[in-house]
Amino acid sequence: MAASATLEFEKPIAELERQIDELKRTAGDQSLDVGDDLAPLERRLAELRSEIYRNLTPLQRVQVARNGKRPFTGDYLRLVFTDFIELHGDRAFREDAAIMGGWARFDGDTVMVIGHQRGRDTKENIKRNFGMPHPEGYRKALRLMKLAEKFQVPVLTFIDTPGAWAGLGAEERGQSEAIARNLFEMSQLKVPIIATVIGEGGSGGALALGVADRVLMLENSVYSVITVEGCAAILWKDGKSPEMRERAADALKITAPDLLRLKVVDEVVPEPVGGAHANHEAAASALHDALAKHLDDLRGTRPERLIRRRREKFLRMGAFTG
Amino acid sequence: MAWFRKDRKVRQPRRERLEIPPDTWEKCEACGHTDIRDRFQRNLNVCPVCDYHRRLRASEYTAALIDENTAEEIEADLRSVDPLSFPEYPQRLRKALTNAGDADAILTVTGRLEGLPVGLGVMDFAFMGGSMGSVVGEKIARLGERCIEKKYALILLSASGGARMQEGVLSLMQMAKTSAVLSQLAERRLPYISVLTNPTTGGVSASYAMLGDAILAEPGAVIGFAGPRVIKQTIGQDLPEGFQTAEFLLEHGMLDSVVHRKQLKSTLGQLLRHMMGRPALATAVAG
Repeated sequence: MAASATLEFEKPIAELERQIDELKRTAGDQSLDVGDDLAPLERRLAELRSEIYRNLTPLQRVQVARNGKRPFTGDYLRLVFTDFIELHGDRAFREDAAIMGGWARFDGDTVMVIGHQRGRDTKENIKRNFGMPHPEGYRKALRLMKLAEKFQVPVLTFIDTPGAWAGLGAEERGQSEAIARNLFEMSQLKVPIIATVIGEGGSGGALALGVADRVLMLENSVYSVITVEGCAAILWKDGKSPEMRERAADALKITAPDLLRLKVVDEVVPEPVGGAHANHEAAASALHDALAKHLDDLRGTRPERLIRRRREKFLRMGAFTG
Repeated sequence: MAWFRKDRKVRQPRRERLEIPPDTWEKCEACGHTDIRDRFQRNLNVCPVCDYHRRLRASEYTAALIDENTAEEIEADLRSVDPLSFPEYPQRLRKALTNAGDADAILTVTGRLEGLPVGLGVMDFAFMGGSMGSVVGEKIARLGERCIEKKYALILLSASGGARMQEGVLSLMQMAKTSAVLSQLAERRLPYISVLTNPTTGGVSASYAMLGDAILAEPGAVIGFAGPRVIKQTIGQDLPEGFQTAEFLLEHGMLDSVVHRKQLKSTLGQLLRHMMGRPALATAVAG
């Protein structure tokens, strides 16, 4: 996955940016005033960005969600929180760097932050297994949630994974049980939980951090029961071609507005024009505001009420007749 | 016997042979043993020669586990819809309804098991591969709520490839929904036993299937999060012999016991009596 390469549909933006840079450089070299030439180009760039991002197809959103330049859990920890101290290990088998978590402060108050963590380069991606946790990652996450419960602080989770890891060790050590256990325990955790899908929300591996009082989604993130590639491979025996991936992305209804309509998420957090990767600070600021609002809403709710409502929320999900 | 004296074999008239119903004989998929269907059926569809546990329909499991004349189906009217307008889903649903019946991929009943009041959900692989969509999730949720209301024990028997892709993220959310109901049961100290049959994978294994107070599995059942094909593709090598079978999971500490289908009912009864504070059966005391 060449996640950090320029996305195909962003090439016109990149080209315009290159032209603007070149003009600025030439002007700098020759001490020319190019303000008059620059202004229309920059206006055009802003227009182009907003036009392209207004009309993203579902598959393009998948590409944006997976983009390696997009802010990760670790970036939001830096930009939204202070005083972070990372906690490691599941106390049973090993540390899993595909999930990152620890104490942090949100507007001065202690919270527990837990999120999938991808890598920006190959070396980091190998360390973090491309954000695909093993069972020990989920068990670490649960350990931290229980810790938060013990000390009565809210849990904020960030979802950003193609899915739970499918491998020999993961199966041997009970990938299914680890995910299931988190769903179960999160249904009865006595402190507020807010989950935010910040990139790709891939299936059970995402949901294992997603049973929450509030579920938010960044505007260009996606949340799905299966990857578009997996879906296309099963249905049309072709998980590679852009046409079939596009069909699968359309059919699965995985964008933030889709999930809001299906009442699976509570709020879509707007991203800056050109996507979160175009402006990490602006994305973090919008995320901060949304989290602040929901934390404020949940503050002071008695645990029994919190749990009852959280369960009711998930018990309502689904569509059927009879 | 001299070959030149061999009598001519009296041939059956062809007409008569055609009158044998085509489904009189069954062949075991594992060892190739062929026997009359009735013998397979009397053996709960377990091969009498190699003990291979062949698939059972939900109604057959129910009959095998629930005391005679006590089973009552609940939530029989729930039907799947097509919330995403997913390509070909309505056609596939129609086909499943015709071929596999009205219960969707799970039959839910209340009844008695060795006299104990239970709620039982049995997944049916014949209905779209036992896939879990909104109806499966809702039926389990309502069965769980019924158990809470009546103080019944809950038993869920799984046979599923996982979440139903055609209902997208709504299927995914059934994992959370079923787990939420189980946490309510646990709060009230009502026992929940999970029985895993072939196959139990994906979103079903990663939710209620792995959350039992006791987890039992049928011999040879394939159980796992990712299917063997996906893992093979991810790691680029062949899987070890017996990987992801019930016996493999038992060895790795993921199950309480691998139980032969013939002993399933008595094992469930024994476990439930322990968890519900009931006395042991007289025969067990004597033994």
